[in-house]
Amino acid sequence: MTYILQQILNALQLGSIYALIALGYTMVYGILTMINFAHGDLFMVGAFFCFLIAVYLQLPFLPTLMLTMFGVACLGVLIERMAYKPLRAAPRVSAIITALGVGLFLENFTLALSPYPKNIPPLLADKTWMIGSVTISSLQIIIIALSVSLMLILDFIVQRTKAGMAMRAISWDKTIVPLMGVPVNKIISLTFAIGTGLGGAAGMMYGLAYPVIDPYMGIMVGWKAFISAVVGGIGNVRGAMIGGFILGTVEILVAAFFPSTYRDFVAFTLLLILLIFRPYGILGRPSPQKV
Amino acid sequence: MKKPTALFSLLSIMFFLLSGCGSDDATKIRIGLIAELTGDMPAVGASCKNAAEMAVKEINAAGGFQFGENKYAVELIVEDNAGKADQSVSAAQKLITQKKVVAIVGPNASRYAIPASEIAETNKVVLITPWSTAPKTTLDSKTGAPKSYVFRSCFIDPFQGQVLAKFALNNLKLNRAAVLYDVASEYNKGIAEIFKEVFEKNGGKVVAFETYTTNDKDFSSQLTKIKKATPQFIFLPNYYSEVPLQIQQAKRLGINVPFLGSDSWGSEELLKLCGKDCDGFYFSTHYAVDASTEVTKRFIQNYTKAFGATPDDVAALTYDSFGLLWQALNTAGVKDRQALRDALAKIPKYEGVTGTMQFQEGSGDPIKSAVILKIKDGKFTWFANAKP
Repeated sequence: MTYILQQILNALQLGSIYALIALGYTMVYGILTMINFAHGDLFMVGAFFCFLIAVYLQLPFLPTLMLTMFGVACLGVLIERMAYKPLRAAPRVSAIITALGVGLFLENFTLALSPYPKNIPPLLADKTWMIGSVTISSLQIIIIALSVSLMLILDFIVQRTKAGMAMRAISWDKTIVPLMGVPVNKIISLTFAIGTGLGGAAGMMYGLAYPVIDPYMGIMVGWKAFISAVVGGIGNVRGAMIGGFILGTVEILVAAFFPSTYRDFVAFTLLLILLIFRPYGILGRPSPQKV
Repeated sequence: MKKPTALFSLLSIMFFLLSGCGSDDATKIRIGLIAELTGDMPAVGASCKNAAEMAVKEINAAGGFQFGENKYAVELIVEDNAGKADQSVSAAQKLITQKKVVAIVGPNASRYAIPASEIAETNKVVLITPWSTAPKTTLDSKTGAPKSYVFRSCFIDPFQGQVLAKFALNNLKLNRAAVLYDVASEYNKGIAEIFKEVFEKNGGKVVAFETYTTNDKDFSSQLTKIKKATPQFIFLPNYYSEVPLQIQQAKRLGINVPFLGSDSWGSEELLKLCGKDCDGFYFSTHYAVDASTEVTKRFIQNYTKAFGATPDDVAALTYDSFGLLWQALNTAGVKDRQALRDALAKIPKYEGVTGTMQFQEGSGDPIKSAVILKIKDGKFTWFANAKP
């Protein structure tokens, strides 16, 4: 029993990070129907920002988090303005290839600065508690709590505020909504800022949980978060959160009960089967194509 | 169909004629180096390149080679494999066909050295890998017989796995082991399997044998499983960039047993990334900085002076690879790929930085001993010797 509880706790930690990154994919897709493949690398940049701030400015946890999110959000907006905006009228494929290019640029730029893996210093006192025979670390609690609260804030913004309403409106129809006086460019930038900011926060938390960071760390995690977003129903914010937790749980539990060699194989087979029965993801809806 | 073939062969003949002339090949002996300068183990590549440059500089300062009338200087051509198997192959191909090197040193990690060695073997060019300990590197993939042109300056995994299994049983008196290793990497997998075999044959019990794949950062599921199996120690035959994560996550899960590692731990980077968390643990490796002979001391002194860092095992082994090449070139007395190979295979005895070595009859694997190091106060310190 304690074994299962411990594994569920592990799954929550991994899942909340996947969910945070998946949000970035799903928000951009929702508003631009474009998959921002540079998102995994923005997540990596978040971890490196956190490293730089923690080492050179030596700020405590919260200011580091704020600065990291702000820095990555600025980078996200900059990328949107410089790389994606000129292609908004171009075929989708051009935008996706550009996104892949931006991702490669970010990886190799970081690589050019320093190819060595870096160690993020501990920003939080690392305590562990034993409840029964389940071990809980302070880091685990903070990661789960912080991700969940960030997701709640985002859900509030999207569902309850004017800006959120504008985002939902643009994702619904891009031609009519501007006629109603909605500033499309501003809203798209805001979406990018929030989405990449969350990716930056995820990068920082990932860096704290797994403190050896390198320029390639965003690739695999980025793919997995993308898969989470698809499983949850890409374009749907709540779906991305659910998808992240599902993928985290499946990965951890498969390794817990099968030989760990089969982890990815079994985990992704399960996800494929899920997509056979719900091809638009758990919360996704089929979008009718007008001919 | 006939015409294009003729045209093609004409073109290729012209290409070969053109590429053959116009270089100053006559006064140079070119040695290629394939190193992991970028990718997931840049510290390995950097040490390898440093040691190679030092070895070449030293031989040129001593006047290079004198074969009869002709005097040769050594030219080092460095290629980055970016930590990728395919780039290791193309680097080897480029060095052999375009740069016309007489021998190649590197790559270091087995997962890059194995594909590169296939190219060297088919093209009949000597390849010495400094750090690849997987048996497959020097064995033919089809027949299992030793390759003729592939050598190494380190010991092999079966030996290392044996040494570690016996060390845990006899010196540490621990007989319940757990193993966590990267199943997608040749080196990690090979050493883990041999460790398990020898450990169980000698009365130990492997209570958990868990895996992950390269670039994983979260090991919590596997470590929770290991914790449930209550081992007395955990064996991590993994690379230095992953080991700190594994140890830190284990500690966070409340696992308080000693850890044991292999020569892939032996980088200064491990100490930086791991901090205090790795203190008190053991690993097997090629040489100890603090228990050394005259040759080793001189090498450490020169290296530290040139690069401002203590040479790790990759640096020492790379230096020895070049040492072996120099000795073989002198014996061969001509600048010829085949003669170099024959001289290298017959080296009677070589006194290197990492100990005395000679090649086993008809094989590229040297006979040499290993050392066990202990991490103490953020330093690698000598703990025990293990003879073959």
